[in-house]
Amino acid sequence: MQKRLVLDEKQIAITLRRFCHQLIENHDDFENTVLLGLQPRGTLVVDKIVELLEEISGVTVPSGYLDATFHRDDFRRRDLPLTANETKINFLVEGKKVVLVDDVLYKGRSVRAAMDAMIAFGRPQKVELMVLVDRKLTRDYPIMPDYFGVRINTLESQYVVVEWKEKGHEEDAIWITEKDKS
Amino acid sequence: MSQLSTRHLLGIKNISEDDVQLILQTAANFKEVINRPIKKVPSLRDITIANVFFENSTRTRLSFELAEKRLSADVVNFSSGNSSVKKGETLVDTVNNILSMKVDMVVMRHSSPGAPHFLSRNVSANIVNAGDGTHEHPTQALLDSFSIKEKLGDVAGKKVAIIGDILHSRVALSNIFCLQKLGAEVMVCGPITLLPKHIASLGVKVELDVRKALQWCDVANVLRIQLERQQIKYFPSLREYSLYYGINRKMLEELDKEIVIMHPGPINRGVELSSDVADSEHAIILEQVQNGVAVRMAVLYLLAGAKG
Repeated sequence: MQKRLVLDEKQIAITLRRFCHQLIENHDDFENTVLLGLQPRGTLVVDKIVELLEEISGVTVPSGYLDATFHRDDFRRRDLPLTANETKINFLVEGKKVVLVDDVLYKGRSVRAAMDAMIAFGRPQKVELMVLVDRKLTRDYPIMPDYFGVRINTLESQYVVVEWKEKGHEEDAIWITEKDKS
Repeated sequence: MSQLSTRHLLGIKNISEDDVQLILQTAANFKEVINRPIKKVPSLRDITIANVFFENSTRTRLSFELAEKRLSADVVNFSSGNSSVKKGETLVDTVNNILSMKVDMVVMRHSSPGAPHFLSRNVSANIVNAGDGTHEHPTQALLDSFSIKEKLGDVAGKKVAIIGDILHSRVALSNIFCLQKLGAEVMVCGPITLLPKHIASLGVKVELDVRKALQWCDVANVLRIQLERQQIKYFPSLREYSLYYGINRKMLEELDKEIVIMHPGPINRGVELSSDVADSEHAIILEQVQNGVAVRMAVLYLLAGAKG
């Protein structure tokens, strides 16, 4: 199986740190900002961003996990239904600047569903999207990231795999692989 | 495991432990949903559900209807009271007429045990049993297990005493199956006349003394005396039942431990439970009601996604 490295551990670390500085530039003291990691794979990214922001600026930004399973537009159209994950948000987003955080932006459908799910927690003042990888040629919905680590050309036949040490991998890395055709 | 192995929920006896676990796990997600400021999700917005109740029910029908509406399903309600059933129409004809209006799922309560099983063999919609006679009431058992898990962390290894009118209770049977699948020990306790003759063959302990049952258990699931199902007298009087099997504050205080009190409702206050027990910190009766909506949302959501 062909496997191509997109970002290695060092590049991921630089990207996360860059995200923090971009957020500090745009959100100043974070007085009215909250971060939401999209379940399941955006949660680790958001945790890392919150930790780094605390280290860099000394500010603890409120954050939570958002699951959009019940808001997806492909329920009953998939071979297997998705298993829901935990939504963990202990604040309202009413009037807040919300940054949605995920690892990979692919078709834009998950982000659409996430925005739908987020509305259940209030009407935000502004919503931004942050992703490590933007698969720019595979979008179904007109959704673009405000912050991205790397923008890549991929085919529908390819996966973008994000590996984290916390998940048992040797080191953090992002790969492009071919989908198994068997 | 993300899909139910069945497209109907007819009872707990014939579903797998994996199915039960999936329902409970999904219910936890829906519990979070119904505690949001906006309690509605669009999951079932292209689904029509008929609540077909051939027997009176208030709380179960309300709970299902709320679950359906919070999933954005279209809902129609049918009760046999003023219907063509009175004119002699058969069950299958009644339901087929409803289905011909493009209904996808049927939630049915019927006084005859096995009615939803019969229906599932004769109509194409997903069937959810909302109580069939004295047979099963699967969603009640699921919400009871969910409530125990929520309160005590797990169902496995817990001792649950089901106390009261076991003979006429569909809740008891479904609970026994569900709790045993999840690894709990189950005891039934009640007057000998209200215990089915071969109940021990289900692998449950049988106890006639309610004080011993309370001493043994972590959870007491107290059932309602179903006076409407009793054609003959199974005990001399409600007062006597209350004296021997009613649970009051003093009995709980005499225990050397805290136990959880459950009741599927409606409570006959002063008969099965004294008011101060029903309203005490031991009772999780209102949590059960709230969990009922979450569990029913999970069942409907998962059945709508089931293939076949």
